[in-house]
Amino acid sequence: MGLATRVAGIDLAGPAMLASGILGISMDVFRRLLDSGAGAVVSKSLSAEPREGYPNPTMAEAAGGWLNAVGLSNPGAPNFANMMRGAPGVPVVVSLVGSDPDEFVSMARLFEGLEVPAFELNLSCPHVEKVGLEVGDDPELVSRIVRSLKGAGVRVIAKVGLGSSDYLGTVRAAEDAGADAVTAINTVRAMSIDVHSGRPVLSNGFGGLSGPPIRPIAVRCVREITSRHEIPVIGCGGVSCWEDAAEFLLAGASAVQVGTAAGGNPGIFAEINSGISSYMERRGYSEISEVRRAA
Amino acid sequence: MVRVTGVADETPTVRTIRFEDPGMAAALPGQFAMVWVPGGGELPMSVMAGDPGGAAFTVRRHGPASTALYGVDRGDLIGVRGPYGNTFDVREGRLLLAGGGTGMVPMMRLAMRVADPSRVVILMGARTAPEVIFERAAAALGEVVISTDDGSRGEEGTAVDAARRLLGSGRFSAAYVCGPEPMMAGIVAEARSRGVFVQASIERPMKCGVGICGSCCMGDRLVCSDGTVFDGDRLAATGEFGAIYRDKAGIARRY
Repeated sequence: MGLATRVAGIDLAGPAMLASGILGISMDVFRRLLDSGAGAVVSKSLSAEPREGYPNPTMAEAAGGWLNAVGLSNPGAPNFANMMRGAPGVPVVVSLVGSDPDEFVSMARLFEGLEVPAFELNLSCPHVEKVGLEVGDDPELVSRIVRSLKGAGVRVIAKVGLGSSDYLGTVRAAEDAGADAVTAINTVRAMSIDVHSGRPVLSNGFGGLSGPPIRPIAVRCVREITSRHEIPVIGCGGVSCWEDAAEFLLAGASAVQVGTAAGGNPGIFAEINSGISSYMERRGYSEISEVRRAA
Repeated sequence: MVRVTGVADETPTVRTIRFEDPGMAAALPGQFAMVWVPGGGELPMSVMAGDPGGAAFTVRRHGPASTALYGVDRGDLIGVRGPYGNTFDVREGRLLLAGGGTGMVPMMRLAMRVADPSRVVILMGARTAPEVIFERAAAALGEVVISTDDGSRGEEGTAVDAARRLLGSGRFSAAYVCGPEPMMAGIVAEARSRGVFVQASIERPMKCGVGICGSCCMGDRLVCSDGTVFDGDRLAATGEFGAIYRDKAGIARRY
């Protein structure tokens, strides 16, 4: 019986990956999470140039989860590639954010020769203009971006979210263009207002909601995608314990990503691995894929 | 949200903002809150607790958020979340507590917790005499040693120089430090070279305060959720303490 699994050609040591945007600016932290049982780690979404992001407050608790508008702060793809070059032996799925095919391809080229099992395209950040959801809402643009990257010979995971167009159209565009997998979903565009001051709690006003409140929405999306499409799906949204991870597998996901719940608890990956392992043993499964097929 | 109950000037650029909140009043030395000034930003602040049910932040105005907090008035509402982070491991014997600037806050809290002035020496480092804070309150909690860079008050020299002299006496079983990172790195190195147990309460840029965003990372540690207090040996093992910080984009830079 094994927790190791393979999704779209990417070898995962376990079914629970670190989601993009969480804890992602130190190679030492990535190494610690991989040593703690994460199946793989995904970087913060990298842009062509460094981004400082929005001023604080960028995160606030809301409805049992977290609301954030960090504003895609990241060191930029060239700096991140140099960080990886300086820390060999730490494979990282690299998340990219941009607005046109050439931008994505030139960023991907920076990582040639480095341990990048796949690139995850952020087509779903809900709080920055011109990128993220604004790209994901345009299936024709998604198609061109995925085709260009596949033409460059790299593995591509399209991370989709709930924008203003039907997200299933984005999934179809990515699949038809040759994407290797889909991650569903990103945070859900949301807002909180402080009643005492009358002000939004985030400096940006709108943000994205993560954590337990979005899990049922994400499970629904995973089931919708896997019931209509062949492309492998990585479930993401509010996974906080092994039961949540199992729920996504039962919905049809091939693996899961953990974001908010990894906050302050790097041990969550070992907890999920141990819980899934016992679950599989009780049910007589020898592979992760059997959990999925049991649904 | 909590209501500000009092504002007091400590120096021309430092103020203490008092408020009532049972959760923050129970904060341990070294713990911090994320403090939101509506319309003015949010920042991590070390929590001073003392009066029953009361707590306070001591803030130096330098950036937009700290200037907004510095500017609040009695009666204003501010948002506080936390307290977050860990606390100090208080050892037996004679203790050196070294604070630089508003890094004095966790040292004052620690001295209150030790509650035995006979075994506490409080080293207060400042650039110049008017920047020395909490002197009177500190005198009730232990023996006070002041150092100023320009010699306008107490010993002339840096807090690291003063700590070197004090630790050289061999009288201390442990040292605790909070202040600018180069000062902490200097004192941690002095203590470790003499085999004295040492801990530092670290300050790094923070967004979430709870280990999600990664902004405060130092090596493989997260200051908000693994700290803010770390043993000297752990700090040395990061390879980044006192040497490397990350800017707002997350790019590693040298001090």
